[in-house]
Amino acid sequence: MLLSEIDLGVKMSITGIEPCAFKEKLMEMGCIPGASITLTMIAPMGDPLAFNLEGYCLSMRRSEAKYIIVEPKLDEGK
Amino acid sequence: MKVNRSNLVVALSGNPNCGKTSLFNHLTGLQQKISNIPGTTIERKSGWYTYDNDKIQLIDTPGTYSIKPKSKDEEAALELFQPNHSEAPDVIVYVADAQNLKRHLFYFSQLAERNIPMVLAINMLDISKAQGIEVNTNRLQKELGIPVVETNARKGIGLTQLKEAIHGQQFKCHYSFTDTSDNDQIIQRYNRIDSLLEKVLTQKTKNALFTEKIDPILTHPVWGYLIFIGVLLVVFQSVFMLAEYPMTLIESGFDLAGNALLDILPNNWIRSLLVNGIVAGLAGVVVFIPQIAILFFFMGIMEDTGYMSRVSFIMDKILRGLGLSGKSVVPLISGVACAIPAIMATRNIENWKDRIITILVTPLMSCSARLPVYTLLISIAVPDTYVLGVISLKGLLLLAMYLIGTIGTVVAAVIFKFIIKQKSLNYFIMELPIYHSPRWKNIGYQVWSKSLSFVKEAGKVILIVSVVLWFLASYGPKSEKAFSIQETQNLEESYAGKFGKVIEPAIKPIGFNWKIGIALLTSFAAREVFVGTMSTIYSVDDEEDVINIRKEMMAERDPITNKPVYSLAVVLSLMIFYAFAMQCMSTLAVVYKETKSIKWPLIQLGYMTALAYVSSFIVFNLFR
Repeated sequence: MLLSEIDLGVKMSITGIEPCAFKEKLMEMGCIPGASITLTMIAPMGDPLAFNLEGYCLSMRRSEAKYIIVEPKLDEGK
Repeated sequence: MKVNRSNLVVALSGNPNCGKTSLFNHLTGLQQKISNIPGTTIERKSGWYTYDNDKIQLIDTPGTYSIKPKSKDEEAALELFQPNHSEAPDVIVYVADAQNLKRHLFYFSQLAERNIPMVLAINMLDISKAQGIEVNTNRLQKELGIPVVETNARKGIGLTQLKEAIHGQQFKCHYSFTDTSDNDQIIQRYNRIDSLLEKVLTQKTKNALFTEKIDPILTHPVWGYLIFIGVLLVVFQSVFMLAEYPMTLIESGFDLAGNALLDILPNNWIRSLLVNGIVAGLAGVVVFIPQIAILFFFMGIMEDTGYMSRVSFIMDKILRGLGLSGKSVVPLISGVACAIPAIMATRNIENWKDRIITILVTPLMSCSARLPVYTLLISIAVPDTYVLGVISLKGLLLLAMYLIGTIGTVVAAVIFKFIIKQKSLNYFIMELPIYHSPRWKNIGYQVWSKSLSFVKEAGKVILIVSVVLWFLASYGPKSEKAFSIQETQNLEESYAGKFGKVIEPAIKPIGFNWKIGIALLTSFAAREVFVGTMSTIYSVDDEEDVINIRKEMMAERDPITNKPVYSLAVVLSLMIFYAFAMQCMSTLAVVYKETKSIKWPLIQLGYMTALAYVSSFIVFNLFR
């Protein structure tokens, strides 16, 4: 599942990033496999998006979020 | 390991919004200066403080997320940390936000491998505690092997301990974040940071932040935009109205000084140079300070509270199509008051291309200096008639001029979007920092340093051009001799007058005569000078007297055809010309200062003059 397609408020876990020009930037910002990420806000025109990534707020455009692959976070109780 | 204690150079590093600037201001007080890194527009802030009678130099490095530069400007700023750099600091003080140690320690982990002694300042512990995050700094110190100091940059707590740590025994970080020297191992770094933090962090139940409550309102599809329009209205009104009083005061102050000089000094060229060249030029510099200070006060609040990144968030999609950034909104709107503070405000736009386009198109917004020109010309062109009984035709035309300026801005932005090549990657991967109340001290420093750098850098250019314009308007060639100089009382016989006559063939197609040609040259100092020049040419004593200038101009007839010179076509053509032409040396000086290149002000002068000429040509021929 792609980060650009997830629902508001559902905690997801990043599994990988497709090759793209800003892959390094995303990873430096903390988008690495295993990191938990939740969609918290959608800008009024439907773009960009804002996420809670490991406790801080990161925003990006849909066109950027579609390079990040996520899956539902299973170990919610931890 | 000890370093030479005197001449100690300390670099401050960290992510954006980590509290670095507050710490810098607390440590140095007013003992700081801003200089450009040679060959770039990136400012380097350095300051100093004394400790045990030693003068310690403190360098503020840009807040970044990684040691790997993402733009040319960052590259220049981060060069300092390259191995064996001649200006490499003796100690790095790394400031990390306790709320998000994981990401803040990423950049730290890269710097830690640069073989430079470090001190780690853990900042904003009060906020992280409120969130339920506890940091065991003693344990962190043990694990890293470098001094770890708890600071509160906002309140100035922990400064003594920080200074002691800087001057105590110096250590390099011994925690290894990567196996090899290969810097690319981002995942490995984060994993090592995770295992480090497992030992020092305890996270209790997380309380909802104030930010999480307020963000849904400020980014709301309706409230978000309404609040933003409200904020813009306050900012714009303040720049426009609040600045008026000090500006009038400055102008009358310089008038007084000029008149005093006229009384004291003998009537010769030195007096004329002093009064009409230098004092007038200085006035032209100082008069912009109120607007610059007020705009940067509000920009400082918006930036410091964290609101500016929400503006980018809600405006990004709308402005992306125009080749602009969400952060272009504030400069563009401020351009309606004055392009100078507006262009200085583009520093907040990180993306190089977005920033250049914003700089290039902002002067097309109808600034307040165009108002006197429009007022005079409209009073000539349009009779006192009312549309539908209530709407003044004059008012409508004025509104149309503002609209034309705005449309010109948008169209030019779209065109530049396709022409200018992207220098750095264009992405919108941006942290939305948590809200906090403005740090007035930081804002105060910013207002002060912006105003000062304007006076210092743009002021030089403005002053020189003023003196040149004074010379062109006060001196002319002796009759029949091209390369001779004599003082002239009559504007017609000055070099400016000759210039008007020389360019007359070029401006005839757009309906201008040589008298307007003179005004085009002199009003290059500032657009409103057009009115003053017109009154000089038509020998109206009081240059504020628009009605008399109007009468003189309206009465003038073409000696051959006996038709009025200032016909509707000519006046409309003039208005369009002033709407689009780059008739402002101060703006060009600021563009030069901000881009550190002669190329961009020249491109701006070129495209705006061409746009003005072509538009005036069309309008003149349409209405002829």
